[in-house]
Amino acid sequence: MTSEAPSSNEYIIHHLTFLTNQSPRGVLDFSTINLDSVFFSVLLAVVFGGLFYLAARRASAGVPTRFQNFVEWVVELVDAQVNDIFHAQSRLIGPLALTIFCWVFLFNALDVVPLDLLPGAAGASGIGHLRIVPSTDLNIVFGLSLTVFLLIIFYSIMMKGLVGFLAEFALHPLRIKGRPLVQTLVAPFNIVVELASFLARPVSLALRLYGNMFAGEMVFILIALITLSSGFAGLASLGGWVGTLGSLLLGVLWSVFDLFIGFLQAFIFAILTVVYLAGAAEHHD
Amino acid sequence: MNINLTLVIQMIVFALLVWFTMRFVWPMILGPLEERSRKIAQGLAAAEKGEQSLAEARDRVDAIVREARERANQIIDHAQHRANELVEQAKAAASSESARIVAAAQDQINLEAQRARDDLRRQVAGIAVKAAGALLGREIDARTHADLLDKLATQI
Repeated sequence: MTSEAPSSNEYIIHHLTFLTNQSPRGVLDFSTINLDSVFFSVLLAVVFGGLFYLAARRASAGVPTRFQNFVEWVVELVDAQVNDIFHAQSRLIGPLALTIFCWVFLFNALDVVPLDLLPGAAGASGIGHLRIVPSTDLNIVFGLSLTVFLLIIFYSIMMKGLVGFLAEFALHPLRIKGRPLVQTLVAPFNIVVELASFLARPVSLALRLYGNMFAGEMVFILIALITLSSGFAGLASLGGWVGTLGSLLLGVLWSVFDLFIGFLQAFIFAILTVVYLAGAAEHHD
Repeated sequence: MNINLTLVIQMIVFALLVWFTMRFVWPMILGPLEERSRKIAQGLAAAEKGEQSLAEARDRVDAIVREARERANQIIDHAQHRANELVEQAKAAASSESARIVAAAQDQINLEAQRARDDLRRQVAGIAVKAAGALLGREIDARTHADLLDKLATQI
């Protein structure tokens, strides 16, 4: 804490501002980059890829090491889910689910790094803003979900053909077999419903993760606010002690809970991806 | 909060990472996993088979031991029987031998007694002749009276 403590408002805004190459202009600005999100996203991609590549290279059918055991446990966890949900043959789906699960979990795990640790260090070395949790960045979560969305479209067209893919919009959810006229009449309704549910997928996928992790980060900020104004000086009074110990306790509790949420959200993201792709690969008729 | 180039970068990084996992991680981990589970299954089957053959061997050993014990008992029985037989034979031989010795001794005794009796008779006959000679006052011709003397001797 510096001698001049920031106000709560400043503190929160500071923690919600990305490190960018320039001040963003407007809601959509493709010349701006969130350097912190990209950095941590790539860093965790390297961590995940490196660890798993190491395990894959050393993998043998002999007695596994503990590390190999752990990696295999994760892979089997994902593989079991994929085999349960996705019945078509695909070389992509397993690795995709594994990547999403691990990568997103690593994103979320950064949420329990003490809130001011890295931004504080960055501030000391002249970097004004730093947000270390990539999954609290809309760009990151939409980057994931839009890629998945493209894959859904790609898979649908590959498995059903362009006509089959487009026809599904008109033929679902109301399917009247043997009555072409009635089917034509309900087609507009079908298209509206199907299009909405289709387009909602990437949005819900991204916002579910974003909302959970953003809320988690927000709670950490609020816990930090308890001792924001007093700092170490607060330890002079009994109330200061209560506040400090209380924020410590809350911080620990919320870290545990948030880690659990992070795991859950990563898992949900991966599983929903598999579910959507399974839906894309299957014929509904 | 705005949407910017980060989105595009994230999509590219994501695609690369998925490709990497697909190419270098997933098959290299699942392959050995399947191989290992196959190996473990084989090992378990082999262990079961080994256990089974061990039990079989144990049964066989039990049978062999039982048979050997039976044969040993048979041999012991046989040996005991044979020993008894030998003892009986020896007893019989000994008793027959002793009977033979006793009989021989008896014969000897009888012979000796007979001889003593003959001696005695002859002496008695001599004495009787001498006494008769003395009584008659003349020499009795042993040769002429031999028949008489022998008759006398047998009467004693």
